Amino acid sequence: MCITCGCEGNENEIKMTVFGEKSETKHNEHTHSHGHHHEHSHSHEINLETNILNQNNLLAERNRGYFEAKNIFSINMMSSPGSGKTTLLEKTINDLKNKVQLYVIEGDQQTMNDAERIANAGAPVIQVNTGNGCHLDADMINKAVKKLNVKNDSIVFIENVGNLVCPSLFDLGESKRLVIMSTTEGEDKPVKYPTIFENADICIINKIDLLPYLNYDIEIAKNYALRVNHHLEFIEVSATTGEGMEKWYEALLKMQKTQE
Amino acid sequence: MHEMSIVVSIVEIAESEAKKANAEKITEMELDIGTVSGIEIDALNFAFDSIKHKTMLKDAEIKINIIEAKSICEDCKYEFKTENVYTLCPQCDSYKTSILKGKEMKVKSITTN
Ligand SMILES: Nc1nc2c(ncn2[C@@H]2O[C@H](COP(=O)(O)OP(=O)(O)OP(=O)(O)O)[C@@H](O)[C@H]2O)c(=O)[nH]1
Ligand SMILES: [Mg+2]
Ligand SMILES: [Zn+2]
Repeated sequence: MCITCGCEGNENEIKMTVFGEKSETKHNEHTHSHGHHHEHSHSHEINLETNILNQNNLLAERNRGYFEAKNIFSINMMSSPGSGKTTLLEKTINDLKNKVQLYVIEGDQQTMNDAERIANAGAPVIQVNTGNGCHLDADMINKAVKKLNVKNDSIVFIENVGNLVCPSLFDLGESKRLVIMSTTEGEDKPVKYPTIFENADICIINKIDLLPYLNYDIEIAKNYALRVNHHLEFIEVSATTGEGMEKWYEALLKMQKTQE
Repeated sequence: MHEMSIVVSIVEIAESEAKKANAEKITEMELDIGTVSGIEIDALNFAFDSIKHKTMLKDAEIKINIIEAKSICEDCKYEFKTENVYTLCPQCDSYKTSILKGKEMKVKSITTN
């Protein structure tokens, strides 16, 4: 059965395309074995105590080991649709591509649009189209990283599917988790969608160039986020004007260093 | 809706254990779900109902144990029941609280025959 939608058929195919190469469609491998039919079986209780996300978590740990062995710093970027994940990446690639090798894994339900933007900015990118799936999982990252042929000592950005709910539960094996909120979304996103903020390491507040036109109080937003996760660190930026981006690069390169 | 992938994972865990035991079907399953686990019980039930007919759980009785959340205040060490992860400490108003319980998401047991 397909892990993203429970379908048996091929309606919801996961599609992976390295930008510039031919695309390949792959359904999550289904095996349809049907238990052995032994007669005279007896009712009996099996104690499991198994974490529901055990399979994903095990795969995530494998990814983590792979990243560590190759000294790759990976960052899982999560936000609601349109907060500016791709714009932030375009800017970051422009400014850092000559300093450090960058790769991007793009998660969207449909289209190659974001991969195209990233390729134009100048980084190798693979687009993962999840179909009806609302999040990336560790298995997709495992396959994507191998297809991308990621070099040692690089940074891998994972742009998760734009969604403030579902991605939060799925460990990808990333080194750090980044949540982005933008000033046009209202201050109370952290308490409306707490899980994603609870599991993040850093929070970027994007679109600060729009502050003069909005009734948005950054301090209120931060306070809400801190209630959910008092370890969260904030960086305020405008991905379009570039304001605050130096702080983001500093934080990023520092995180990469401390991982070594 | 991530509850669908949650349900598929639950089915996979239950079926693979049932097959190991050479069972033909699962008659009961017990889950532990915490109130701050990020799983919505209604969405979970909805997702389960839409796929169970093609699984070994089609006639299974599902019992969901809902685990109430509990937090501790890092400043004053007060422990309190909570319904979410953002409530301030009721004793000292601090936001430095941590969840002690309520994040569970487990397949506790299955019964087969
Ligand atoms: N004013 C302003 N607009 C921004 C900023 N960052 C992004 N935008 C705009 O916001 C819109 C959405 O940006 P994207 O980067 O595509 O957002 P995204 O988070 O990648 O969206 P999805 O991939 O669809 O989830 C675009 O029109 C951007 O130009 C910013 O800092 N300031
Ligand atoms: Mg995008
Ligand atoms: Zn307190």
